[in-house]
Amino acid sequence: MTSDSANDLECERVTKRFGSFTAVDDVSFEIPSGSFFSILGPSGCGKTTLMRMIAGFEEPAAGDIRIRGRSVIGVPANQRNVKMVFQHLALFPMMNVGENIAYGLRCAGVAKGEIERRVGAVLERVGLPGVERKGIDQLSGGQKQRIAIARCMVLEPDVLLLDEPLGALDLKLRERMKIELKLLQHQFDTTFVYITHDQSEALVMSDRVAVMNRGRFEQIGSPQELYNHPSTAFVAGFVGDSNRWRGRVAGRDAGRLQVETEGGARLLCAPGQEGLAEGAEVEVFVRPEALALVRADGPVDPSANRLEGRVDSLLFNGAASRVLVRGAGDKLVEVAYAPSGETGELAPGDAVVLACAAADSRCFEAQPHSDGADPQ
Amino acid sequence: MSAPVDAIPSVGAPVKAGAQRKRDADRLALILLLTPFLLWIVLLIVLPHLGIGYLSLREKVGPRVYEFSFANYLEFLNEPIYWNTLLRTAWMSILVTALTLLIGFPIAYYIAKIAGRRSRAALFLLCLVPLWVSDLVRAFGWIMLLRETGIFSAVLQWSGLAAGPVEMLYNDVTVIVGLIYTVVLFMVVPIVSTLDGMDNSLIEAGYNLGGGRLTVLRRIVIPYAMPGIVAGCIIVFMLTAGSYLTPILLGGKNSMWFTEQIYNQFITRYNWEGGSTFGILLLVFTSLVVWLGLRLSGQNLANTVAKR
Repeated sequence: MTSDSANDLECERVTKRFGSFTAVDDVSFEIPSGSFFSILGPSGCGKTTLMRMIAGFEEPAAGDIRIRGRSVIGVPANQRNVKMVFQHLALFPMMNVGENIAYGLRCAGVAKGEIERRVGAVLERVGLPGVERKGIDQLSGGQKQRIAIARCMVLEPDVLLLDEPLGALDLKLRERMKIELKLLQHQFDTTFVYITHDQSEALVMSDRVAVMNRGRFEQIGSPQELYNHPSTAFVAGFVGDSNRWRGRVAGRDAGRLQVETEGGARLLCAPGQEGLAEGAEVEVFVRPEALALVRADGPVDPSANRLEGRVDSLLFNGAASRVLVRGAGDKLVEVAYAPSGETGELAPGDAVVLACAAADSRCFEAQPHSDGADPQ
Repeated sequence: MSAPVDAIPSVGAPVKAGAQRKRDADRLALILLLTPFLLWIVLLIVLPHLGIGYLSLREKVGPRVYEFSFANYLEFLNEPIYWNTLLRTAWMSILVTALTLLIGFPIAYYIAKIAGRRSRAALFLLCLVPLWVSDLVRAFGWIMLLRETGIFSAVLQWSGLAAGPVEMLYNDVTVIVGLIYTVVLFMVVPIVSTLDGMDNSLIEAGYNLGGGRLTVLRRIVIPYAMPGIVAGCIIVFMLTAGSYLTPILLGGKNSMWFTEQIYNQFITRYNWEGGSTFGILLLVFTSLVVWLGLRLSGQNLANTVAKR
């Protein structure tokens, strides 16, 4: 217990089954005090079940959950010092803001004057002083969000769980709330565990992210690690955008793999995992910004992979603009481009060459039916 | 070049005519929908009550000679048996309403929040099944069970718990039990429908923030279900206070139900003026009780009806 107390939350080999379906499969992780931890995964991957086990609404079939070093197995939900912000916030509609926040304190038997003081103080901290008397439906979406967090934080929990609380907000507000949540977490200096299927939410806010798929953690790491060094095909496909090619390992060359794609192109790749033998079915992932686009007659780095194609269409989206290039095997490749740059005057039909370094082309063993964010 | 200029108003005209036609159609639909409702309200509710109100305010002073007077109301006040019966009816109805709420709420909570999706429909249907059978037949069912020669009595004697035949009919408890049985459904349905609209995460949030079962029930579930509870209580109270068959059949001569007095005035004594007076008094008194109940529970009729 003494050495573990640096971690606010630890899960050890946690498993949960519903009938024959294993929702959470042997998941272990630990979260250091005061950090922002995200669990990122597609819907149905088991992340909500995992969170409900931490909150105490489900009991794990096997494994241990420890909060501040103490096991909470068998401790009922209302006696765990883990508070939760629900997906639809679950603010009590029949109480006003002040009563909502005071609810937990009243349950804990705090004295009346003390309750009033603490409610006022927490509203101050979330930047909404003096709204105690307002009704819940008088608040805007972002304000409700902050009240839901205040309602939990007033109880000074060891861990705050957040179950996709931004999902119901519109895009502009969601972008703002991402930053605000991160600031709130700094301010309260409490461990936040944030569940989401939206990779940009996880990458922007988190200190560490766990990518979850089919009940298992695929990889735990900082956002940069996940993005730049994915350790499985699922992570490579799910975190950030990627172009993918299916192919077969045709040879090895000084730590690099020679891959022949289904479209007939040859790519030199960095192996993303161990044990890819010659002849193995693989998938190659290349990020749109790792591809350099030049006109057909332009200079290309001779050591880089080289793909030829024609511009199919231009997708203008400010800084996130893309060119779709139709390459070998009739495959569409997404390439990042700066609309104001030298390739700004591209037109559909132009012949181009795409180049990317072998280090930026990562290959993994092909999954039987990959279910990443990018169906093909 | 005048043709295009002329064309402009002729483009606008069909649009206007179309909008006009749509508005007419809307109005027609509204009238068609409202007609049966208005006919019902006017012919079956408003007119009879005007008639009853008129009857209650005249006094027979000779054969076929009537005068306007409050004599009927004075008679009600001067005859303790009348207002005692009314008070007793109101009090018993309040008791039945409270007991029905105690029984109906857990049933409704189970159906709305605990039962699985498939058993929910089955349970709801089971609640409706008794309505297939007429009130009269169901009351006779109770009589079969509870009379001296009935099933309960026979079982008690057979098991040796009672020495002789036991009469369980014709007392207040039986009347209350019979009434609860008839009206419990009308309590369950509105509460189920309000609880159905309640997000389960509200309950979970209640626990998560440290509340125990009782706190969650008292501070979250019941306040949320309040509109349904109030609606159910109003329906049950009105049905009970206005019921006739069950108190008469199960309570016999001792039931002293106010509707029995109304029946007696109209049918036995052929005193339509007295019967009308009692009818009006029952309506006014029960409305008063409902109003008081709403005031005490801090609800109002509009939000009871309009909520979800």
